[in-house]
Amino acid sequence: MNSLLAVVYLLVFPGFLFLFVASLFGQYLDRKLYARIQRRVGPPLLQPFADFVKLLAKEDVVPDYADRVMFTAAPIFALTAVFAAFLYLPVVASVGLHSFQGDLIVVLYLLMIPTLAMFLGGWYSGNVFGVRGGMRVASLLFSYEIPFFVALLSPAVLAGSWRLSTIAGYESGHPLAIIVSLLGFVIGIIALQGKLERLPFDIPEAETEIVAGPLVEYSGRRYALFRLARDAELFVGAGLLAVVFLGGPYPILVSQPGVLAWVNGFVMFLLKTFFVIFLLILMKSAVARIRTDQMVSLAYKWLIPLALVQITLAVVLHSLGGLL
Amino acid sequence: MPRVRLPIGPQHPALKEPENFMITLDGEQVVDVDIRIGYTHRGIEKLMESRTYIQNLYLVERICGICSYAHVVNFSQNVEEVLGLTIPPRASYLRTLVLELERLHSHFLWLGVAGHEIGFDTLFMYTWEDREVVQDLLEDISGNRVNYAYNTIGGVRRDLGEEQKKRVLDGMDYLEKRATFYKEVAVNEKTILSRAEGVGILKPEVGKRLAAVGPTIRASGVAVDIRKEDPYASYGDVSFDVITTDSCDVLGRVVVRVLEIFECIKIIRQLMEKLPAGDLVVKAPRKVPEGEAMSHTEAPRGEDFHYLHANGTDKPDRYKVRTPTMANLPAVVEMLKGTFLADVPIIVAAIDPCMGCMDRVLLLKDEEKPGERISWDQLRVYANTWYANRGWLG
Repeated sequence: MNSLLAVVYLLVFPGFLFLFVASLFGQYLDRKLYARIQRRVGPPLLQPFADFVKLLAKEDVVPDYADRVMFTAAPIFALTAVFAAFLYLPVVASVGLHSFQGDLIVVLYLLMIPTLAMFLGGWYSGNVFGVRGGMRVASLLFSYEIPFFVALLSPAVLAGSWRLSTIAGYESGHPLAIIVSLLGFVIGIIALQGKLERLPFDIPEAETEIVAGPLVEYSGRRYALFRLARDAELFVGAGLLAVVFLGGPYPILVSQPGVLAWVNGFVMFLLKTFFVIFLLILMKSAVARIRTDQMVSLAYKWLIPLALVQITLAVVLHSLGGLL
Repeated sequence: MPRVRLPIGPQHPALKEPENFMITLDGEQVVDVDIRIGYTHRGIEKLMESRTYIQNLYLVERICGICSYAHVVNFSQNVEEVLGLTIPPRASYLRTLVLELERLHSHFLWLGVAGHEIGFDTLFMYTWEDREVVQDLLEDISGNRVNYAYNTIGGVRRDLGEEQKKRVLDGMDYLEKRATFYKEVAVNEKTILSRAEGVGILKPEVGKRLAAVGPTIRASGVAVDIRKEDPYASYGDVSFDVITTDSCDVLGRVVVRVLEIFECIKIIRQLMEKLPAGDLVVKAPRKVPEGEAMSHTEAPRGEDFHYLHANGTDKPDRYKVRTPTMANLPAVVEMLKGTFLADVPIIVAAIDPCMGCMDRVLLLKDEEKPGERISWDQLRVYANTWYANRGWLG
């Protein structure tokens, strides 16, 4: 019975099927809100799903110049890593599905894999635009990964734990922690936008410069998987920020553990995650794309120093005996 | 890092029309640019020689989809000059009105395209929505949104009523508000500034040497405007300023165009106020006596030059068009050298290129076997022998 339940957890809820639906809904929200902000109509609710199904049915071409194995492996690795990362987030209850001490580090690590997969996919596609895009992915990696890591570690230092559920629980008990790490939250949002290669940081796939960068040769099933991985990364990344900075499934208002408490936690998590996605969309619609050199200088001149200020603040507060 | 040769075009999302920019890259930096044009050659000049002047009015209009009316005005002015016709003042005012409306919609359109090139799609959607106001006005006045078919030789084809006049003025009020907003955005939004400031430098002396025209050279501080220097239509009757900036970069070109929107609105308001009563058209004969004429207008993109040689029939003997994009392309090569790959689209877009209007000639170039070309007669002989060798010609 328990193993059956574990399979359901893994495959249906809150595992793969749920993440699949949530990612597509995230994409819908992204496109719809972006369109409404631009005074356009935007797609209907099922459009992302229809796109996905249609892409699956399309002809899947591997270019002659491409390395067949790496070209195929890249989207699969990207998707797998994002889905695996999701299992550690405390989605419904105070504890994630496979929660353990140090799962924050694992999630951060897993969320880096899609970026590497993008680089490899572009590099091995044998297309000059793909190679150029892949190189841009790789050269931008450190601009946003370092501030992202440092910013996310600051609430962990405050809570004195590397465990996502503990961090969320700590913030629920000490709402002041959310205020203290507000700077980290802002840095996290900006760095996540870079991680997801969205405006103003969509330098690797800059449509008007290098067509679609690493994805230029992808078509059919492989392209569908890459896109799904990107959508899932948006949802998981936003969820991670919601858990680390906003307290994830807390506050749980129902005192009795049970279905009601689950629903309560789940709704809280969704609200916070979509709030983060909403911020990402707002940012995307108000800016133009910056250049590679401008992004690197933004990261090293502003994001990393500010992230260091944030983590110093957290260390000092923690050593003084924590917050009230 | 090894040098990479990256082709931008003939098919590329940054280019709305096919042209080829072969870019030599050192890392992300542009070392050299090689431009190949001619992909959209349509043979319009040759085609005009086999059509009557009235038919040609509608062919000339199709040289460009954006500044179509500048071409028609040039053509009409050429024919009227050879015929020795003077058009009625009301017709002249109405021509000026449509010319300025065209400049308005072209500048709004360009602002959106420039936004899109640097990834600012929200700006793109906003300006194109506002552009619809101008398009509706043009449809109201002429009956068409793009190729207006408003001109005829000797005048214009439709009158402007009092109701329409009011609608034009209302439209101007709305567009003035929107243009004020875009002016704020263009000079204050940090990401636009970071992409446009100091990018695509064109020094005034270089621009003059390469004969750049329109907003491209005006952004380098050279006050060249055909409307002021050689007033045509009714530009002599209205007061307006020639906008220049001396920043010499893409931001300067944005600012010049945005400020020109205000000048357009100013001109249109004066035209509506002063619009004289009278005839719309003077009768023009079908045949044009032997003679030649040259006309140039300030199209939204810069100086548009037309030349006509008439031979006494009802068809032109020779017609020559030089569009502003052709004049601005040599300057683009200078602007691109030493910049980043990421800046290529916005620099090319900053001259508001219209490749389809520009191509007047097609050069066949076989890089493998230089000089080997086959003439029509040779081809016919080749084809006949090929078939004869197979015994298919009987």
